[in-house]
Amino acid sequence: MSDGVMKRMGMIFRAKANKALDRAEDPRETLDYSYQKQLELLQKVRRGVADVATSRKRLELQLNQLQGQSAKLEDQGRKALALGREDLAREALTRRSALQQQVTDLETQHQTLQGEEEKLTLAAQRLQAKVDAFRTKKETIKATYTAAQAQTRIGEAFSGISEEMGDVGLAIQRAEDRTAQLQARAGAIDELMASGALDDPTGMAKDDITAELDRLSGGSDVELELQRMKAELAGGPSAQQQAIEGGPGGAAQQAPQQQHPRLDKQ
Amino acid sequence: MIVRIMGEGQVKLDDAHFIELNKLDDELLAEMESGDEAGFRRTLGALLDSVRRLGTPLPDDALEPSELILPAPDASLAEVREMLSDDGLIPG
Repeated sequence: MSDGVMKRMGMIFRAKANKALDRAEDPRETLDYSYQKQLELLQKVRRGVADVATSRKRLELQLNQLQGQSAKLEDQGRKALALGREDLAREALTRRSALQQQVTDLETQHQTLQGEEEKLTLAAQRLQAKVDAFRTKKETIKATYTAAQAQTRIGEAFSGISEEMGDVGLAIQRAEDRTAQLQARAGAIDELMASGALDDPTGMAKDDITAELDRLSGGSDVELELQRMKAELAGGPSAQQQAIEGGPGGAAQQAPQQQHPRLDKQ
Repeated sequence: MIVRIMGEGQVKLDDAHFIELNKLDDELLAEMESGDEAGFRRTLGALLDSVRRLGTPLPDDALEPSELILPAPDASLAEVREMLSDDGLIPG
């Protein structure tokens, strides 16, 4: 495998993890490493217990062997004495005595080893309990950390939402400002167009003078209509025609003759 | 092999996949060294996706030491460079 990012990070992490357990990037990872270390220690203690137990068993085998030899020498001594060979019996018992000394030494060693083994077994049990407790605690811490992280994320999400809401608020404000601005502008344009200062590109609006002229001409139409109606009532269509053709001025001039229209005609 | 994606979890990967992953890893290293932030982001994303796709996630209570460690998906080029500097991942 090449010495890429993955491998380098892995190596650095392993090298550094046990140096600063509480300053790690992710406490959950270092907790796992710490637990791993504890398990390794427990493994070592257990291996120690197993080694001591093996030594104890080896001593027990040696003891059995020595005790067998001792019993055999005792038996030989008894037989030699029965045959009247006191010298042989003495030799056998002397050897047996030496073996007995070795047996006593081994028994002392055996007792010491047994004591060690019991101590180590107890230590292993205690360590096991501690490692188990650590495992539980570690999982609790990890769960708490994960929950805290999740909470942070929720918090962040909320703040994100509020930021977004703020943005929306700003957008609304901007839209409102824009609307008000447009309304104000429209109002101003209306006023300007009404005053004639601004031409209406649609040609719909009229300036003051045109409006007044229209009003005046509209008024003369009314006068004309009145004249026409009066002529109708007074006489025939020729009188009506004359009245119309004469215009408002003519009508005014002819007004005194209207009492005798028939004579005028003739 | 066990790979940890920082801040995400561990994944068990078959060794056969490492030829493919190593290519991306080398690419990532090259981009990191040349300071190609955009390339780095793209390759890191591809590498993490491959690890997730090819691997089997380990349960949270699993206690397997990670043989390889990958930066978090949102880690920046500068952060990873800092992690790989003399001070390493953990200060001290």
